[in-house]
Amino acid sequence: MANVAVPAQAGLHSIPALLARNADRLGNRPAYREKEFGIWQSWTWAQAADEVRALALGMLNLGLAPGDHVAIIGRNRPMHYWSMIAAQMCGAVPVPLYQDAVAEEMAYVLGNCGARFVICGDQEQVDKVLEIQGDVKTVQQIIYTDKRGMRKYDHTHMNALSDVQAEGRAAETRLAAELDSRIKALDYDSTCVMLYTSGTTGKPKGVVLSNRNIIETSRNTSQFDKLTDRDEVLAYLPMAWVGDFIFSVGQATWTGFTVNCPESAATMMTDLREIGPTYFFAPPRVFEGQLTNVMIRMEDAGRFKQWLFRHFMAVANRVGPALLDNKPVGMMDRLSYNLGKLLIYGPLKNTLGYSRIRVGYTAGEAIGPEIFDFYRSLGINLKQLYGQTEASVFITQQPDGQVRSDTVGVPSPGVELRIAENGEVFYRSPGTFVEYFNNPESTASTKDAEGWVATGDAGFFEPDTGHLRIIDRAKDVGRMADGSMFAPKYVENKLKFYPNILEAVVLGNGRDYCTAMINIDLNAVGNWAERNNIAYASYQELAGHPQVYATIRQHVDAVNKSVAEDPMLSGCQIHRFLVLHKELDPDDGEMTRTRKVRRAVINDKFADLVAALYDGSDSVYTETEVTYEDGRKGKIKATLKIEDVPVFGAASQQKVAAE
Amino acid sequence: MTQVQANEGYITADGRQIGGVVMDLRDITLRFGGVEAIKKISFDIRQGEIRAIIGPNGAGKSSMLNVISGFYVPQEGEVWFKGEKRGPMKPYEVARLGIARTFQNIALFDGMTVLDNIMTGRLNKMTSGFFSQAIWWGRAEREEIANREQVEKIIDFLEIQNIRKTPVGRLPYGLKKRVELARALAAEPQILLLDEPMAGMNVEEKEDMSRFILDVNDEFGTTIALIEHDMGVVMDLSDRVVVMDYGRKIGDGTPDEVRNNQEVIDAYLGVAHD
Repeated sequence: MANVAVPAQAGLHSIPALLARNADRLGNRPAYREKEFGIWQSWTWAQAADEVRALALGMLNLGLAPGDHVAIIGRNRPMHYWSMIAAQMCGAVPVPLYQDAVAEEMAYVLGNCGARFVICGDQEQVDKVLEIQGDVKTVQQIIYTDKRGMRKYDHTHMNALSDVQAEGRAAETRLAAELDSRIKALDYDSTCVMLYTSGTTGKPKGVVLSNRNIIETSRNTSQFDKLTDRDEVLAYLPMAWVGDFIFSVGQATWTGFTVNCPESAATMMTDLREIGPTYFFAPPRVFEGQLTNVMIRMEDAGRFKQWLFRHFMAVANRVGPALLDNKPVGMMDRLSYNLGKLLIYGPLKNTLGYSRIRVGYTAGEAIGPEIFDFYRSLGINLKQLYGQTEASVFITQQPDGQVRSDTVGVPSPGVELRIAENGEVFYRSPGTFVEYFNNPESTASTKDAEGWVATGDAGFFEPDTGHLRIIDRAKDVGRMADGSMFAPKYVENKLKFYPNILEAVVLGNGRDYCTAMINIDLNAVGNWAERNNIAYASYQELAGHPQVYATIRQHVDAVNKSVAEDPMLSGCQIHRFLVLHKELDPDDGEMTRTRKVRRAVINDKFADLVAALYDGSDSVYTETEVTYEDGRKGKIKATLKIEDVPVFGAASQQKVAAE
Repeated sequence: MTQVQANEGYITADGRQIGGVVMDLRDITLRFGGVEAIKKISFDIRQGEIRAIIGPNGAGKSSMLNVISGFYVPQEGEVWFKGEKRGPMKPYEVARLGIARTFQNIALFDGMTVLDNIMTGRLNKMTSGFFSQAIWWGRAEREEIANREQVEKIIDFLEIQNIRKTPVGRLPYGLKKRVELARALAAEPQILLLDEPMAGMNVEEKEDMSRFILDVNDEFGTTIALIEHDMGVVMDLSDRVVVMDYGRKIGDGTPDEVRNNQEVIDAYLGVAHD
């Protein structure tokens, strides 16, 4: 049913139209599920369409006008997805926001889009909106999903979502005609959704995506991976992220597959196991975290089990990826792999919740080759894709059978790619965004007249396979003082592949040599400390422990060795490093909400540390302001040790010259 | 000392309507041998309010809570509950009256899951017989489902879905306290007695617990009597406060009244006792 060549010709030119088609053709198939009160509650497409319509009528009743913006702030719940479609029905534009954003960030976005309606998941979000209502005058109606704790609030301009629906149902006869005409007025070029970019630099920008962008992209990519209405996804990534919108709304309404919402963020892993999705997306850190957990738990297993695990993982490593790619594998290896499947891989996949995965994607950051291969060797079809909000996610993706950890694949269907002279990747596709909201200058500087968009990433095509490889952010690629190439991300990724290192920031643009600030992974290092009877009272104390420093030093050493092998980048070896006393945190502005390092902020905020890394001192005293979850601020004081590391090959001569 | 009139109730600072007296303690004296733990104390607890009992160590707070819960029977004085004078009672009788409590030193079943622990709080609501329970048929099954539903609502309310199936023994302290609160709530109490709900918690856990206590009071209209050492918490949470020192009542009133009471200040800062 998903094989319509041109969606618009079939009358499918909006999400509400797709919803209506699903209600008609897949009426009794499950559309959305949510675990609540310990039970998976489900709604069929017909029921979902009914709920959405009631909500749309209710919002119409409250005066939602075409062109209005409706902000949605909450965790992944069917109601929140429905409210986005309901807003579209009324001719309004849904704007999902990050629910963990602090009030000021929210104020900027709400003010920027001038949202008149805000849909809040719970009391916490309502409080934030009320807090900023002094600055943001446009908000006129607040609708909340969870009624808990809301009784005492002033309800003059506030309603529970279920009440809005009830009133909508009651007003059906009065408002149906108006709603139907508004749905009819939606065309292929009307705005489908507006999403704010996380903004590694400057203020977030509202990316306007049309129905054409979303539906064409959903159709192309659903066909690419042969998604059907029998597939299952788990919706657990932030609703404000474009990927979640494509998976849980775009592709879901296009193919009619089932979207499953976890009970709470904390139960995600359990829910993943219960649902066993067939189509799954996760950023590398989720896969890393799961692998770390498996390894930690294996250390507690009995000797025989440990032996079994090690033996069969070695087999899987050798032949697993080849089997997945349908390459020839010897008879004995096949037998031994099948035995491993019975004893280890099957149960392990089941524990992880990956028993049924047909298509798995990871993106957003580079994934460590060991981690990637671990999952693929188990028989999980994990692939990589490369994309951004402005492209409705997909720019390149890996076809089945051509999967590697160091490339991001071939252009997605319908996407054209070209590499500029400075190495920056440009694309043009049906998914290319319409504009940045109220920001023609930024639109013009990003998208040229012919529709080519600069990704901001530097990369190249591999000559023999045609796969794209991304090196780094184009603007982060710089020159060292001696003119050699500086690609911090390239080195940082190598560092982050070690489970002990959560985050790394490499400095060196315009300098004589490179240095690094490193964040330990509390999970992995804490576990190691426990096993080695190393007592620590805080993150800070553990991070500064001499033995931790020694371990990190070994990792840096190994990374230097591997960086030295690449003649073009051998200047990026790390000469000095320190372990940070606090985790880099989006709440402190050091990272974006999608957990990408903000270099400018870090350079500025940790200026004293940067200075110490380059002035040759052995340690540095620092005070850092931190923001607690409730918005209060505090200070962390620490004295950090700085260590020197030897460098290899060509770069070592350069070091001598530099000092 | 307080502005509260006989049985009419009052309106709190944040605008909640507090009802009439549910529990009235009149001239309570409790002795352990020669030691007078409680000396002629009278106060009342009203429908829907959060009532705190505070005082320095050894003031007799826990003894007082045990008198309210019926665990101790005072040698002198009367306990009136909902207009009736209460005699000595068995623990299950107390539970049936609608009084539930949590303990200072957590009293959960360590080997059982969180879910099962909370289910034990529903024991009073189960009426099916032993055989019906054993063969799991008819009323027993229906009852279990109804009880489980109630328990799931509490799990959702206290945000402990992620530890539903975890044995209690493996939980950190702060979460155990929350599970204990969940079990007390499972009994759908009219009066909830909390014995130092925040003891040994860090700031974040205290904030969570305070929010849950307020939410319980707000959402279910449960009357709450609590003992707590953390003054900040007590003053923020409670509508009225009883202050005890050496078994005597030295103050009773709104947090502001109590805060400015000279005798209370002395008891906390310490003055020479005769």
